Amino acid sequence: MSFVLRCPNCGPREVTDFGFGGEVIRRPRFRPSFRELNSYNYFRVNVAGVQREWWFHRSGCRAWFIAERDTTTNEVLFTARPHEVGAEGNRDQ
Amino acid sequence: MTRLPVKPGERLPVKPGERLPAQPGERLARDRVVGFTFDGRSVQGYEGDTVASALYASGQRTFSRSFKYHRRRGLLCCAGQCPNCIVAVDGAPGARACTEPIREGMRVEHLNASPTLEFDAMRAVDVVGSSLTPPGFYYKTFIRPRKLWPVYEKVLRHAAGLGRVARRHTDRAWRTEYRRRHADVLVVGGGVSGLRAAASAAELGADVVLVDEGPQPGGAAAQDGRHLTAGPLEEQAIAAGVEILTGATALGYFDGIVPVWQGRTLHQVRAQQHVFATGTIEQPLVFSGNDMPGVMLSGCARRLAALYAVKPGHRAVVATTSDRGLEAAMSLHEIGVEVAAVADLRQQSGVAAETLRKLGIEVLPGHAVVEAQGRKAVQKATLAPVDARAPSSERAFDCDLVVISGGFVPCTSLLCQAGAKTRYDPERGHFVLGELPAHVHAAGEVAGAEDAESSGKLAGLEAAHLIGMGDLSSRQEADELRARMAELAERLASVLAPPAVCGERSGKCFVCHCEDVTAKDIRQSIAEGYDSIELCKRYTTITMGPCQGRMCELQAVRLMAQEIGRNLSDVGTTTARPPATPVPMGVLAGPPFEPAKRSAIHGRHRELRANVMWAGDWRRPYDYGDPEGEVMAVHRAAGLIDVSTLGKLLVRGPDAGEFLDRLYPNRLSNLKPGRIRYGVINTDAGRIVDDGTICRLDEETFYVTTTSSGAGAVEEWFSWWLTDWDLRVYMTDVTQGLAAVNLAGPRVREIMAEVTDLDCSNEAFAYLDGKRALVAGVGCLILRIGFVGELGYEIHCPAAHGEHLWDALLEAGAPFGIRPFGLEPQRVLRLQKMHILVGQDTDSESTPFAAAMPWIVKLDKEEDFIGRWALERYSSDTPATTLVGFTLADGQAPTEGAVVLDGAHAPIGQVTSSRFSPVLGRVIGMAWVPAGLASDGERVTIADQDRTLRAEVRTKPFYDPEGEVLRS
Repeated sequence: MSFVLRCPNCGPREVTDFGFGGEVIRRPRFRPSFRELNSYNYFRVNVAGVQREWWFHRSGCRAWFIAERDTTTNEVLFTARPHEVGAEGNRDQ
Repeated sequence: MTRLPVKPGERLPVKPGERLPAQPGERLARDRVVGFTFDGRSVQGYEGDTVASALYASGQRTFSRSFKYHRRRGLLCCAGQCPNCIVAVDGAPGARACTEPIREGMRVEHLNASPTLEFDAMRAVDVVGSSLTPPGFYYKTFIRPRKLWPVYEKVLRHAAGLGRVARRHTDRAWRTEYRRRHADVLVVGGGVSGLRAAASAAELGADVVLVDEGPQPGGAAAQDGRHLTAGPLEEQAIAAGVEILTGATALGYFDGIVPVWQGRTLHQVRAQQHVFATGTIEQPLVFSGNDMPGVMLSGCARRLAALYAVKPGHRAVVATTSDRGLEAAMSLHEIGVEVAAVADLRQQSGVAAETLRKLGIEVLPGHAVVEAQGRKAVQKATLAPVDARAPSSERAFDCDLVVISGGFVPCTSLLCQAGAKTRYDPERGHFVLGELPAHVHAAGEVAGAEDAESSGKLAGLEAAHLIGMGDLSSRQEADELRARMAELAERLASVLAPPAVCGERSGKCFVCHCEDVTAKDIRQSIAEGYDSIELCKRYTTITMGPCQGRMCELQAVRLMAQEIGRNLSDVGTTTARPPATPVPMGVLAGPPFEPAKRSAIHGRHRELRANVMWAGDWRRPYDYGDPEGEVMAVHRAAGLIDVSTLGKLLVRGPDAGEFLDRLYPNRLSNLKPGRIRYGVINTDAGRIVDDGTICRLDEETFYVTTTSSGAGAVEEWFSWWLTDWDLRVYMTDVTQGLAAVNLAGPRVREIMAEVTDLDCSNEAFAYLDGKRALVAGVGCLILRIGFVGELGYEIHCPAAHGEHLWDALLEAGAPFGIRPFGLEPQRVLRLQKMHILVGQDTDSESTPFAAAMPWIVKLDKEEDFIGRWALERYSSDTPATTLVGFTLADGQAPTEGAVVLDGAHAPIGQVTSSRFSPVLGRVIGMAWVPAGLASDGERVTIADQDRTLRAEVRTKPFYDPEGEVLRS
């Protein structure tokens, strides 16, 4: 696996500079049922296609940001600071 | 390099072999002689020579012995493509003599022949008969009797492989530097089309890198009389700002990165657009004796003459399927080689044939070479008509050179790795490129383009256009070039696909030179059922040798198509995989980087002769030579340990308390300034992530420590949630900025009195208080915590003052018997207090309840916190297994990881920590056991390798169970 991500703070860098935070999921806003809790904790969509995900610029500015990436081609459609993508980016809404 | 300058008119001190008069475009610097040795014999060449050209000039014809039959092999391609000239250079096997430039004093040795290259004992394999070594012989011949396999294996292992890697490490040490290069366009191949592509893309403003395998760009132009074209093109490319890497091999295509090996540097080139101008590879013909020294490809003969002024032979026979052979015959004639005859597979030879005939050279249309014969090298070649009904019959010619040209295949391996597809083109008789991915371009011969310059220019323009460069006129130019290329593609050069086997007489008929696979072997593998090209490849190992199919794949496919009666498209090709070119493992392994973190006090540990160990990325003292004595010093007097590796975070802001309340399962917002609380971080699944202490410095500031190994992860975890939550909190990682030591033991209060004015009495400075004070003149934060079970102070100070603080404490403590202690004594001390080590005693499934820390979870907190919902559930469940302490009545500590057994000897748990406690005089430890056994006095059995141990369960700390020592 190898591709370039554009850190919203630092610019384009090799993917090895970053930490992967997994797909963006919503943390339940209110007390979830057991089923909801388990699906939040353990289940991922694992889409073959475009997904929104968290990345961390580990060897750089150490900031978290959001990327949209095609998991089949590793093409990164865009990256943004979480507040720039609005409510959709947040887990805790 | 030592150079031997030769003044004009002076006789050369040595004779660098037989040479032709100066050739236009030759690479030799004739005033500089370079000496090296081949198998101990001293050989001279000119600067610019390769090992192969210098050896050939000196009369050497055998360059290696073949893999299986140990047959003599001479130069075949002279282009770094075939396996025939692989030698060892200065002890390192695997160099190709034909591309390895000579250096003064270099030591070249042959491979795969013993005792000598001239007399090879293993030649017997060929002479005695190959019935012992059919395809897959290692599954057949050497299997029975089974009992003898160890003997067979030894013999086979000895015989297998080509070279020997040096035994001593220093003799095979290799250091490659990595270089990352981001570019707009990468051009692979520095022939005419590659140079043109690079220049035209760079002229539009693109950042272009061009890599070429040769010592200088030029490609095929250098050897076929177009050497005057290449020079100006190279200058034009350089002027346009192209970075040209010569002697640089592109090894593969990995998700957009092309590793390029250039000597001691591995460039990792990432480009947006890729232009492959990799050219074509001339194909050999398959006939009896086709592997004999003296049988060479037309390009080989021409390169020897044009680049190195070496006369390839005296009397030549040429066999060809296209005009290339005729052109080669012409240039051989020009340098004074007598051309005995030219066999042209085509019935209709072109203008070139007429020109040859006018020079008195016999051209036989519709003929092929069917056999080459000779003892040490070729002495006779037999030509015969391909059509058996033809009136003329076969004829033999005495010769010392057989020049063959079986057509060309495009060098598509990198392109295929980059996602291109190939298809069989029956008109051209080989596989050609099909559709290309958007970021991949092909230029020149690899794309089947006759006009290298136009094709290169088009590829360069297209690449630049795709990254948004260029203008209307450049786009217009590209359109015109595209039209021209399409028009040219209509006209096909006259090429005739040769038969799979031109002639099979008494001698062996090799399809694959690398692995010694004959036409007969392929037929046999088909007969045995391996009738797909991928199966045949694995069974016969064809295409799996050092040439990676360059010389044999098409031949194998053709033979298979003929034998199973299908066409070549159906048979297909084998998959192109990296590395595209053989490469020493050392090049890929790169520099042995092992980043190490050292604390600010590390120098002192070394002076104290600490045994240093790895702890994650850190180098830390394991002990100072006496772990038990160090433990006892902490119990009896005082000990000092460097804990600078702890993660340290400053969490500040009006919402800092709320932030920590959301992250920890206990409450921290109500912590009073100057007080400390222990905390365990959990995931939302309720699993333990890390632990540490939190000290509130003032209303808005918390000082959070984490485990040493968890420092980075906790900072990431905190900042992740902080990114998400709209809180007024600012976090600073001060791990590297602060040094920290833990001073512990019954006498530390007296020691503190020596170095600080702070009142350290129990009343003024209670357990779990945190205070700021000057210690030895340094502003410190002092945390009174129970890290190792004795009265202790964890003192944090700016890293720059770490050594000073360390020295001051050791000096002040000396009269009281202070000793520094390392990680191992600390493990014992912690274990005595049953302080868990996250990651050692817990794993990714451990919850605070199972880890016997239910008190850390405050479910009565009103607010939500990470892990709350899961922990609520676990709080009412009984965990399947629980972390408990255990002691042994006697005996040695079990291995960590030893199994806990029930009465029926079924495994029910495992030991996570165990040590001998010198103060308690027995072995203590922690283990996961079923919850039913988690009460004091329960008996369990521990199976440790061959031993069975009886252990007793404990649930309270082994040492100072009520914490009286800590609080006093």
